Amino acid sequence: MTAAQGKQNDLNEVMVELRNVNKWYGDFHVLKNISFKVEKGERIIICGPSGCGKSTLIRCMNRLEEHQEGDIIVSGITLDDDLKHIDTIRRDIGMVFQQFNLFPHLTVMENCCLAPIWVQKKPRKEAEAIAMQYLERVQIADQAQKFPGQLSGGQQQRVAIARSLCMNPSIMLFDEPTSALDPEMIKEVLDVMIDLAHEGMTMLCVTHEMGFAKTVANRVMFMDAGEIIEENEPNEFFDNPQSDRTRLFLSQIL
Amino acid sequence: MPLLITSPSPSLPPPSSTVGVVGWLRENLFSSTINTILTLVGMYLLYSLVPPVINWALFQADWVGTTKDACTSDGACWVFVGVRLNQFLFGFYPESEYWRVVVAFSLIGILVAWLLIDRTPKKGLVGAFTIFCYPIIAYYLFYGGAFGLQVVETFKWGGLMLTLILATTGMFFSFPIGIILALGRRSSMPIAKSMSVIFIEFWRGVPLITVLFMSSVMLPMFIPENMQIDKLLRAMIGIIFFQSAYMAEVVRGGLQAIPRGQLEAAESLGLSYWKTMFFIILPQALKLVIPGIVNTFIALFKDTTLVLIIGLFDLLAVVQAAFADPKWLGFSVEGYVFVASVYWVSCFSMSRYSLHLEKKLHTGHAR
Repeated sequence: MTAAQGKQNDLNEVMVELRNVNKWYGDFHVLKNISFKVEKGERIIICGPSGCGKSTLIRCMNRLEEHQEGDIIVSGITLDDDLKHIDTIRRDIGMVFQQFNLFPHLTVMENCCLAPIWVQKKPRKEAEAIAMQYLERVQIADQAQKFPGQLSGGQQQRVAIARSLCMNPSIMLFDEPTSALDPEMIKEVLDVMIDLAHEGMTMLCVTHEMGFAKTVANRVMFMDAGEIIEENEPNEFFDNPQSDRTRLFLSQIL
Repeated sequence: MPLLITSPSPSLPPPSSTVGVVGWLRENLFSSTINTILTLVGMYLLYSLVPPVINWALFQADWVGTTKDACTSDGACWVFVGVRLNQFLFGFYPESEYWRVVVAFSLIGILVAWLLIDRTPKKGLVGAFTIFCYPIIAYYLFYGGAFGLQVVETFKWGGLMLTLILATTGMFFSFPIGIILALGRRSSMPIAKSMSVIFIEFWRGVPLITVLFMSSVMLPMFIPENMQIDKLLRAMIGIIFFQSAYMAEVVRGGLQAIPRGQLEAAESLGLSYWKTMFFIILPQALKLVIPGIVNTFIALFKDTTLVLIIGLFDLLAVVQAAFADPKWLGFSVEGYVFVASVYWVSCFSMSRYSLHLEKKLHTGHAR
């Protein structure tokens, strides 16, 4: 089940570790005993039917949701109620949302500079230079002075990725980054993400883009009803799924 | 042969009956029988009302003179307002000190204009000066007691000056207090939340008249003789708390309209609660509720007339007091029209500025 963890990766630094994480929404047990490790440079795809807890899982990693039992350890820091720990972890994790969540009253450039200036205390000039560099990388530098409302969905999502990268995170979380996009815009966002993967970014990505999963992932996790049902290398996962539930899910989406 | 269009067909002009003056008239005034009748009735009403009013107020009015005898025509007697103007503007403020009031209002006028007009430089500096230095300058100009300025007790303040002082201090303080209360009411901290809820529901639940009566009649009974608080100050605090509660609910409406994703995006970037509120949530929320905020401001401006019941002489009270002057009996219509126009001009300007502000801040889907 944990095929990717063998081989030469053993010595790698562990970026995220979950130990027996449980979460409930009221009486609803949404995460059941989740445990796994993510090592530096790993690209993990989490998939599963709607409502299985995959978004909740990655939202717990930077405390957008609170888990009730178990430990979440990010870059060596245990996520607890200490605000300093939460702040440190959030600075180290970048997050991209399904609905982009750009700040509509700020220009693209201001969106990218806000956190570097006010969280990392960088001088404005430096923050703008860094922002420009990332905006160029996602090929949207020419739109820097526009407002998010003036951009297409794909462009907005690329800005959102650049905005996260400006904080120089060591882990990136993607919560269904292409689900709200028109089909012809999905590729431009996925290309940016593939680039990021090739550069060695540690990524956890909730997505239904199975082509993307095959291209970049080194592990695919399948979740259902709050549990990780199956976890494997992408080729094994797609060609030789072990569980009936995985097979059913794959037959529905492929 | 298959159909193939190789170039777009040219746009034709619309039919002449739908454009120009004729088109406009057709569409807006005479589009149906009922609309035509309504248009004609409306025109007749305008014809029978507007010219007499304009005649009374402007063409047949008396403008110059110093006594009642100057008013000989059928129209309005603006001489009454002219003779009393100083009192209407300054109340019983000593005449030799009028310049202090003029300086204070000119200064705030310039500062506010500087902040409101687009493309003026150094807005941050001017804003900080307005918020932190101006209130102190204004206090010493109005009240005196330092820099060789003689003290003018607050019971001598009155007229438009008092109205503007009450209104501006009310807006100046109720806006930030309202924001804090709104944030408090949405807070997850139980103490902050319940304090805000109690404050808002208490002040929103009592009529302003009651608040003013309490502040002027009841409060002095409960505090010791030797630490009496100025009556005007008590009224001001009453108005500020009362309007803060309304402001809080207006702002809360804006806060609720901001999608949760905005908060999550700011949190995931590591912004603290206050920075998130200041840079992300409040700018968007306040922009959404500009009409509500201006509405509250306008209501506040007009509500200041209620201070006349506790013996403070605001614009309306001063004008009403002038009706009792035996030398000028029978000019109440002119007085009320004057007061009404001052209020209307002030409130209408606020309303127009808010429209301009909404347009300027609109970034959502401008293409």
